[in-house]
Amino acid sequence: MSKLVLVDVTVNGVRYQRQVEPRLLLSDFLRHELCLTGTHVGCEHGVCGACTILFDGESMRSCLIFAAQANGHEIRTVESLGTVDKLHPLQEAFQEKHGLQCGFCTPGILMTVLPFLETHPEPSEDEIREAIDGNLCRCTGYQNIVEAVKLASEKIAARE
Amino acid sequence: MTKRIFGKPIKRNEDPRLLTGQALFVDDVEIPGMLYAAFLRSDYAHARVNSIDVSTALQRPGVVAVYTAKDFGDFWKPGPLQVPPPSAIPGAVFNARTLIPMAKDKVRYSGEPLALVIAESRYIAEDAMADIVVDMDPLPAVTDMEKALEPGVTLVHDDLPSNLAANVKQEKGSYAEAAAKADFIIKRRFLIDRGAGGAIENRGFVVNWDAKAQTMNIWASTQAPIPLRNGIAARLGLSDTQVRVITPFIGGGFGPKIMTSMPDDVLLPIVARWLGRPIKWIEDRRENFLSTTAERDQLHYAEIAVTKEGKILGVKDVFYHNTGAYDPYGMTVPLNTQTHTTGSYNVPNYYTEVRMVFTNKMVVTPVRGAGRMYGVYVMERLMDAAAKKLGMDPAELRLKNLIQPDQFQVHTGITGQDFVENVLDSGNYPATLARAKEMIEYDKLVKTELPKLRAEGKRVGVGIVCFVEGTGVGPYEGANVAVDAGGKVNVATGISTQGQGHFTVFAQIAAEQLGVSMEDVRVVTGDTGVFHWGAGTFASRGAVVAGSAVNKAALMVREKIFKLASKLLKVPEDRLELADGRVFVSSDPAKAISLGELSQKSNPTRGVIEPGVEPGLEATAYFGPPYGATGQGSTAMLVEVDPGTFEVKIKRFVLVHDCGTVINPMILEGQLQGGVQMGIGNSFYEQLAYDENGQLLNASFMDYLMPQATDMPLRMELDHVVTPSPLNPLGMKGVGEAGAIPIPACFAQAIENAFADIGLEVSNMPLNPSRLYELVKAAKNS
Repeated sequence: MSKLVLVDVTVNGVRYQRQVEPRLLLSDFLRHELCLTGTHVGCEHGVCGACTILFDGESMRSCLIFAAQANGHEIRTVESLGTVDKLHPLQEAFQEKHGLQCGFCTPGILMTVLPFLETHPEPSEDEIREAIDGNLCRCTGYQNIVEAVKLASEKIAARE
Repeated sequence: MTKRIFGKPIKRNEDPRLLTGQALFVDDVEIPGMLYAAFLRSDYAHARVNSIDVSTALQRPGVVAVYTAKDFGDFWKPGPLQVPPPSAIPGAVFNARTLIPMAKDKVRYSGEPLALVIAESRYIAEDAMADIVVDMDPLPAVTDMEKALEPGVTLVHDDLPSNLAANVKQEKGSYAEAAAKADFIIKRRFLIDRGAGGAIENRGFVVNWDAKAQTMNIWASTQAPIPLRNGIAARLGLSDTQVRVITPFIGGGFGPKIMTSMPDDVLLPIVARWLGRPIKWIEDRRENFLSTTAERDQLHYAEIAVTKEGKILGVKDVFYHNTGAYDPYGMTVPLNTQTHTTGSYNVPNYYTEVRMVFTNKMVVTPVRGAGRMYGVYVMERLMDAAAKKLGMDPAELRLKNLIQPDQFQVHTGITGQDFVENVLDSGNYPATLARAKEMIEYDKLVKTELPKLRAEGKRVGVGIVCFVEGTGVGPYEGANVAVDAGGKVNVATGISTQGQGHFTVFAQIAAEQLGVSMEDVRVVTGDTGVFHWGAGTFASRGAVVAGSAVNKAALMVREKIFKLASKLLKVPEDRLELADGRVFVSSDPAKAISLGELSQKSNPTRGVIEPGVEPGLEATAYFGPPYGATGQGSTAMLVEVDPGTFEVKIKRFVLVHDCGTVINPMILEGQLQGGVQMGIGNSFYEQLAYDENGQLLNASFMDYLMPQATDMPLRMELDHVVTPSPLNPLGMKGVGEAGAIPIPACFAQAIENAFADIGLEVSNMPLNPSRLYELVKAAKNS
């Protein structure tokens, strides 16, 4: 086993310090070290997007970087949005528009859409499709996801 | 039923947990002391195994054990057939060669396991795979299903005389007589290649043997929890009650997760007992491509006999079905093809013959559509060829031959996957076609719009096809419904859920029958510790078969509720009503008793009960239809081909479907939309590309293209015709696979239409820009 390295990272507002193998993927670190299992792993080669998280506010594939690279950075996962009893407007919109079926790709899609809506508060259909084009969903055919993102933008605007 | 909840677009119960990352998937299960498994898989598709040396791997720190086939002794044996053989069909030939847990003397497909590593982490287990030395002599690989039956070809199974896995011939009427009377006989050859199931969650298996309790808990991403539990208990010599299979949330199924007796579920339970520690195995994406089952892969030689007026006299279809290296799932897929080919039409004479062959490719088992897609493809392509020959409009030819509403029930004379005659139970086929035509404005398109667009230099074409989907087959499913002391309703069924919304639709059924709110119903699916009878989630049957069982059990509980309430309130049953979680007297609603209180009264802790009284407000019911309910639909699309890149855009998409009574229209539409996406993938994007050595060339999401958000039509315009099925009390038919089934046929027709001026013909699926370019080039040159 190789030498361990220190990861000092803030995840969902909580600071964690852990000794990890340099080769440990950030996705495995989040899931299996921190037990934040809402981030899912679908391909481990950066295509499906299920493992998308926010890295210093930007969407990123957590299967494509090492936990060690997160040292000193700030991460947000799906667990930082709403709760079961009080969903975030983005989550509410996905439920209302049936934007998920098996729900496995969903956390990655939410974490892709969240910063997108900040830069595109009134997104067009084309912009939404471009934004989620890097997230594979096998269940929905995407139409209801697009609808959900549109509704989320309206909900967020109404809240502000 | 008053239908407050049933039939409404109720939001899904399961969504809040899924949306917040609080839903448990199999890889989320963590148990102290857990070990991690990895399978070393063969790079060769066909090879003799001389030796496997694991000694170096065993020395690696963190490696706990390494096993090869010989380490399992007598435990190593081929698994059971997962479905019965087709012996109900006269003259059927079937050679069962079921999956083996791990290759021993010979490897038969690339990806077949050779060794199993157990280590303290998955990382170490994967490191150790590189330490294993395998000595193999490659053999010629058999990949072409037609050549596989030629004399002298290499055998996939040395103990069989040829690579023939099965041969089933079925005939209704006499095709030869029909052909003799026909004005035209049109013959074509069609190939549909392989596609992946492609669930975003790979397969996974966690096993925990508790030696003190002598029980085994298993979490698995399976569509068939009860067959899985039964197989594991039997192999280990444990009783059913010692093994509990729990299906947590499952990240998509689409067919391949129906498989049991896979290397993981056979080997990991016994290894967990040997080592006395929990073990987790999570498949990676490459393994999923290489060694989790896939589908499609048929070659058809088909013909249609028609009169000059456009009446179908008969259809003949002789086809090869590539089952891959083994045939553990029997003949479900090709039998579905045989029953779905004549589809929506009156075909008085029909001959169908399947030659199922072994090859050195991954095993074929059902994937969404499961053989139905090619049956529909063959028929619809023949109809298009006939329409051209006759100079008729394709929609008109279809309309002329559709089964009419007054003809039901229609006995097709062909035995299906459930080993009974395929019977079309109900429907209004002309109505779905008429509505699809109307929605896409077919006549206007054909007469004015398309000619106008073509005059502007656009490559545009329209397609319109019909299809059927056999759904809701037997044997049976069961459900338990119980009201607890808190007044909550608990529903449990044996099938598992992969995103179909069962937690919601079963709750809708129970809530409706028991007069409670959706929030007061808790649904458990696929936990053998809670309910342990049933077959599984396949063939678009969950809502129909298990849903009917839930309905039946709920009605039985309803009866118990009224009986007990009548006694307690001293009012005859017919003067009582059930709503808002309480039973009350119709004329005096204040005189009431809550379901929770009733439940407590039904389960006294002291005292005496009357003889014959069962405790609790609980009932278990089973439902098994005589045969499956058949859904039907028509779909139409308008495509535009970029003449430079041969990229195809679906500009309009319309699907009109009839799945009988609708439980939840929102979920129904979601099912259709997802199916359409897969159908589009199978038409233009997805192909598991094998080379002549049996190597899969695109075993990653970078190389295997599943439709993305920008590949889909902007709107899937859906509409419904409702013809309740007579086969279950609620009148339901399944819908899970419907969206996928007609798409390749419709896509092919639309592409041909776009290139009608050069006489382009599409025979094979999937297309892609390069293939389309080649087809166009060939058509221009001929």
